[in-house]
Amino acid sequence: MEGYLSLWDEYGARIMESFWANLQLTFWAFLISLVLGTLLAIMRISPIPSLRAFGTAYVNIFRNTPLTIIMAFGVLVLFGVFKLQISSDFNLNFFQIAIIGLSIYHAAFFCEAIRSGVNTVPLGQAEAARAIGLSFLPAAQLVILPQAFRGAIVPMGNVLIALIKNTTVALAGSVAEISGLMKTMIEFRADQGFLIFLTVALMFVVIVVPIGLLVTWLSKKLAVAR
Amino acid sequence: MSTQSVLFDAPGPKARRRILILNIIGALIFLGLIAYLIYGLYGAGQLTPEKWNVFATGSVWTNFILPGLIKTLQSAAISIVTSLIFGFIFGMGRLSHNKFLNWISTIVVEFFRAVPVLLMMLFLWIMLANSGWVQPQDSPFFAVVIGLTLYNGSVVAELIRSGVHGLPKGQREAGIAIGLTRTQSLSFIEIPQALTAMLPALISQFIVILKDSALGYIINFNELLFMSKLVGTGNSNTFQSLVIAAAIFIILNFALSKLASYVSGRLSSRGIA
Repeated sequence: MEGYLSLWDEYGARIMESFWANLQLTFWAFLISLVLGTLLAIMRISPIPSLRAFGTAYVNIFRNTPLTIIMAFGVLVLFGVFKLQISSDFNLNFFQIAIIGLSIYHAAFFCEAIRSGVNTVPLGQAEAARAIGLSFLPAAQLVILPQAFRGAIVPMGNVLIALIKNTTVALAGSVAEISGLMKTMIEFRADQGFLIFLTVALMFVVIVVPIGLLVTWLSKKLAVAR
Repeated sequence: MSTQSVLFDAPGPKARRRILILNIIGALIFLGLIAYLIYGLYGAGQLTPEKWNVFATGSVWTNFILPGLIKTLQSAAISIVTSLIFGFIFGMGRLSHNKFLNWISTIVVEFFRAVPVLLMMLFLWIMLANSGWVQPQDSPFFAVVIGLTLYNGSVVAELIRSGVHGLPKGQREAGIAIGLTRTQSLSFIEIPQALTAMLPALISQFIVILKDSALGYIINFNELLFMSKLVGTGNSNTFQSLVIAAAIFIILNFALSKLASYVSGRLSSRGIA
């Protein structure tokens, strides 16, 4: 027990700092991928074939690529080969590349989640929207998507939870986040290995489980009464 | 695609013209994007034959990419089997009326579903290498397989649970009526049906397993991505070799997802799901 407590003295500040990086990655990637995913979903349900083809191609490519490749691509190719500099700060640059990677990957999943929400909207809603003279975009914006988002809360919540956990993959993108710190800690303090893992794992449980409960609660509260 | 007819009518002449114009604009934008990308790659010297020629030689494939692919497929295949076993056991546990079993299974399943797979892999990798239970050079492989099993097994357990809950009550009652115990009725009548109904979701989970096996790259498991990186470092064509690795993953996963939707179509035509 003493060994475990001394670990907190040594690493406590860095643990909090690293986990904060994961939460920041989550926040920015969530915002960007949600916007991107919504745009892709609109493309995929639009009447315009070229936009539909683009949406389908995007989803099929990025949903089927391992996130690890995307992250490795960011650091080995975008930075290593093409010398991409979003920020002049070395670490911030990797952090921002990781946000881009996470956003590109999860946008495909948000797109599919929203599309599954569109499927829950009854045909009559779209027919009514057309009957009062709304064309595609106003109908989507005023009638279909508001209901689709409420019907897509559970799948979108699942994507958000996956995103929170996937921020650890940013380790492959050279970001100083919690899984890299956990690796260092276990390497230096193998005697406390199990407790170190349990500590970091419980930090995720504490974040992920309440979000899961919140999503279930929201999906019931916001369910469209039909 | 049932969704497409939802949002718009069969277009009239005016709308058809508008769609055509937007279609051409959209196509031009995307062709422009692709052209810009190719031009940029060309300008950066990434499309020169030297960078790609190495993939026309057999040795890159036989020494790096194929051995890596075999490791990827091997770890994924073993993880699929072990996840199914894990999921079966803990799915039964979560359906059990025994309070203790139910409680333990719930904690195990909820814990492993909430913890990032990479954390488990990193922990297992270092601890297995230190413990001496496996050969140190094998510890990445075991870490990948065990990590994938714990996470995906928990997901499978949830699938089995929701699948059994979705079955008509009469199935269990019939099982009990012919004298089976609850466990027998679960394992011989309910879970086989639940698995069939959940088959598309299961196959989608196999895609997750295949994709997540690439996490092994981070713990030095010599799978496809790891080997491709070696090719890239050796021939200074990292961009090209990662593109090849990604293409292989995309083709495999795309085929699996087509299989999932084929199976789901078959099942719905049989009236099961």
